[in-house]
Amino acid sequence: METIATNEKIKLTPKDFAPEADVKWCPGCGDYSILKQVQTIFPDLGVPKENFVFISGIGCSSRFTYYMDTYGMHSIHGRAAAIASGVKAANPELSVWVISGDGDSLSIGGNHFIHLMRKNFDINYLMFNNQIYSLTKGQYSPTSEKGKITKTSPYGSIEEPFNSIELALSAKASFVARTLDRDPKHMQSILKKAHAHKGTSFVEVYQNCPVFNDGAFFAFSDKETKNEEAIRLEHGKPLLFGNNDEKGIKLDGLTPVIVNLQEQNISVDDLWIHDENDKTKAIFISRFFDTTFNDVAFPRPFGVIYSQERPVYEEILSAQIEALNASKGRMSLDRILSGEKTWTIL
Amino acid sequence: MEASERGIKKSVSIKEMDQVVVRFAGDSGDGMQLTGMQFTDTAAWFGNDLSTFPDFPSEIRAPIGTVAGVSGFQINFGSTEIYTPGDKYDVLVAMNAAALKVDLPRLKKGGVIIANIQGFDHKNLSLAKYPEGIDPLEGSITDNYIVHKVDITRLTKECLADQGLGVKEVERSKNMFVLGLLFWMFDKPLDYTLSFIKEKFGKKPEIANANAKALQAGWNYGENTEIFVTQYKVAAAKLPAGTYRNITGNHATAIGLIAASEKSGLPLFLGSYPITPATDILQELSKYKADGVKTFQAEDEIAGICSAIGASYAGHLAVTTTSGPGMSLKTEALGLATMLEQPLVVIDVQRGGPSTGLPTKTEQADLLMAMHGRHGEAPVIVMAASSPSDCFETVFEACKLSVEHMTPVIFLSDGYIANGSEPWKFPKASEVRNIMVSFLDRPNGEDGSLQPYKRNENLVRPWIKPGTKGLVHRIGGLEKQDGTGNVCYEPANHETMIRLRAEKVKKIADNLPLAQPETGNTNAKLLVLGWGSTYGAIKTAVKELLTEGYDIAHVHLRYINPFPRNLGELLNGFDKVLIPEMNCGQLLQLIRAKYLVPATGFSKVQGMPFTTVEMKEKILKTLKSA
Ligand SMILES: Cc1ncc(C[n+]2csc(CCOP(=O)(O)OP(=O)(O)O)c2C)c(N)n1
Ligand code: SF4
Ligand SMILES: [Mg+2]
Repeated sequence: METIATNEKIKLTPKDFAPEADVKWCPGCGDYSILKQVQTIFPDLGVPKENFVFISGIGCSSRFTYYMDTYGMHSIHGRAAAIASGVKAANPELSVWVISGDGDSLSIGGNHFIHLMRKNFDINYLMFNNQIYSLTKGQYSPTSEKGKITKTSPYGSIEEPFNSIELALSAKASFVARTLDRDPKHMQSILKKAHAHKGTSFVEVYQNCPVFNDGAFFAFSDKETKNEEAIRLEHGKPLLFGNNDEKGIKLDGLTPVIVNLQEQNISVDDLWIHDENDKTKAIFISRFFDTTFNDVAFPRPFGVIYSQERPVYEEILSAQIEALNASKGRMSLDRILSGEKTWTIL
Repeated sequence: MEASERGIKKSVSIKEMDQVVVRFAGDSGDGMQLTGMQFTDTAAWFGNDLSTFPDFPSEIRAPIGTVAGVSGFQINFGSTEIYTPGDKYDVLVAMNAAALKVDLPRLKKGGVIIANIQGFDHKNLSLAKYPEGIDPLEGSITDNYIVHKVDITRLTKECLADQGLGVKEVERSKNMFVLGLLFWMFDKPLDYTLSFIKEKFGKKPEIANANAKALQAGWNYGENTEIFVTQYKVAAAKLPAGTYRNITGNHATAIGLIAASEKSGLPLFLGSYPITPATDILQELSKYKADGVKTFQAEDEIAGICSAIGASYAGHLAVTTTSGPGMSLKTEALGLATMLEQPLVVIDVQRGGPSTGLPTKTEQADLLMAMHGRHGEAPVIVMAASSPSDCFETVFEACKLSVEHMTPVIFLSDGYIANGSEPWKFPKASEVRNIMVSFLDRPNGEDGSLQPYKRNENLVRPWIKPGTKGLVHRIGGLEKQDGTGNVCYEPANHETMIRLRAEKVKKIADNLPLAQPETGNTNAKLLVLGWGSTYGAIKTAVKELLTEGYDIAHVHLRYINPFPRNLGELLNGFDKVLIPEMNCGQLLQLIRAKYLVPATGFSKVQGMPFTTVEMKEKILKTLKSA
């Protein structure tokens, strides 16, 4: 999302965004990295400090609000999106950030989540996905993989997980991205883009919970596996991955295929070029998740998967108010009190 | 028609009446609500005092002709003060057999039935489940009434024969014929409705014409046929001088909110999800966009209240509207607003519960939920409106207390007063009080620090808007340290904060008006203590019994939490206290628990308001009991 900077020179540093309160996440928690990256990029966003507002739900992730020296409300489980909508509708000047977990967003808050995407307030939505309910000490979540052993699924979860990216796209999110805690630089660039995007920016952050779901995403960050298991998307660049970028993805009709550039003698120019603005392709990319194509599993995409400018809720609202005000004029309170039909008793 | 053809002016007797109750009843598609409203507006315009009661089924269009599809509109109008829509009616308009079946039981003996005979054909009689061969308009069922059988459908068709209109349009004008006939019966002018028709169908002159013609034809029918020989005259009421409008409770609520917004200088935000009978407020406020009112139709009631909490945090006058089922959904968020100590007005237009219950019928059974329906110790202000026009003053006061005391307020209305209407001597804008709001703009701690939960003499914390320079801080649902508002789990602090939040609400009573009798003396033998929409029935019953010489009084509560500070003392002045409620005794519980007075309850939970007669009977019985 974007907020107009004031004329005032703001020379803030990451430290300006760290309050005195102790941060109380477990040692090694991925949430620390997210906090650090947010505090790192904030001084450069050109937003006066007092215009940042964090709204979070409930969960380890949602404690984030207390650890940012900005305005903020740590609210109730699942409802941050709805509260943030009211904040933004009331004051479009504010830079509103929602912090939520996979359970907070997709279980209890699922309804608010999809409607926020659809309504497209200019809000940044960070969902810390650790594929577990952490604050309640380790139950499976709507993003936990099938078969997951947790305290409430001792014999394995029998539920199909959500693909959050696909869900956000289907709910008409105007900006959809994925990043992870163990790649600070990538996260910073995604956060900046999310901020720059005007509209609801949904960012799924893969976050390690060392206590209840350790290593859930290590395949995407460990040196030995990350180049095979993950693919970095960049607008206008071909879909390349592998240790030496020797692999690429092509669209064969309506089926994505993985090719080996050298072995199959295929030029980079023939590959799928990532176009953030193409929703159809974005939906394909979102499905590089647990879907296989011709029995082939695809690397997990990271980066901006989809981004499309479209009018934002609070601006349409203000424009409608202004237009009506100009055409109809404000009614005086006396006129409102009297209504259209009155009679007088002498 | 017959008489005029013969050119003879028939003789009509004129009957003067103090008040008359008319019930319009027909199929949901017969336009009875509109007819009733037009009749109401004309009576109001003419200067009658009045009270109305629209009574419709929850199905939009139940199968035509069935009992389930009957829609009624009742009006009590008079030359005296009117507080209720009336127990029983003098005139019943029955557009079909089902309408007669549903509404005949409450027609006064000797009352008038105007029946649309095409609605009483074989098919309609069987749809209404009258036994085969029984025509209720003939014989014992309607023996005790004056029955006017009018072929409204045919007469409307005839008068519109040359208008080139389709069958449907002609059908739809039937209600105008009825209205015209009623205007003749009650000697009311057609002008008001004629101008309404012109306005409403301005763009469709042929429809406007047809409606006007049908209206006039109905009037002529009364004037010229031999069937109708009596006209009733109800003189204008001696209401206090001033300018009036007719208003429903929901509309009064909507403009009360607008007035509070204007008088506080705070923009109005309504987060809401449609639900009967509260939807009207959302719909009405949605019309005021040009005036800057922001209405947000949320995805559910939880989002409704949560968006309002967000808007309140950002500095708006924030409101959420709902009815019982939605109220249940809002409870967790209401607890958050209580914990945050953030202004918020929650409007519950009660209906019959539990669950979906009686969605279009009235009840007062959400009182204990309003008082206690949150987890933890979470007191909020609870207020109730007593009549349609009182919704204005009460919701305005709710907004004022909410923003001035940084607390959620629950405003209780109900289906009866929400849809019912009465004349309202509305105030001038300049007569409406101001609401004092200030936002903190600098640190408030003695040492120059920010203390978001530091309290003033009323124990009220400051309202701090995000965007205010130098006051960056966090709030949340976790327990807070006294003063700083920082998260704090210390046992003693938790108790301190619970008591502070409760004391803040309790202290509001210091500045509230004292309770005093509406009518009767403070040391009467019996007090009738009411709250909310029972006002009209209690007021009428007590007034009548006072003139009959009984020693009773009526006190009506607008504030239920906190109660007026003299209430206990006041209650002790009466020998007996009777509490009528449309629930199983909820205020009764609160009063007995708090004041230890041996009050007795009078409860009715039928989705229908109390009648004056049953109220009087109960009062007399209670007076006579040992
Ligand atoms: C209404 C309600 N239901 C349940 C809870 C308990 N609860 C708190 S956090 C949580 C799940 C959190 O999971 P997630 O959103 O993934 O956040 P994480 O702790 O993993 O960051 C639950 C079930 C609650 N606080 N409120
Ligand atoms: S439980 Fe997991 S998610 Fe929560 S703070 Fe500890 S490591 Fe982080
Ligand atoms: Mg989680």
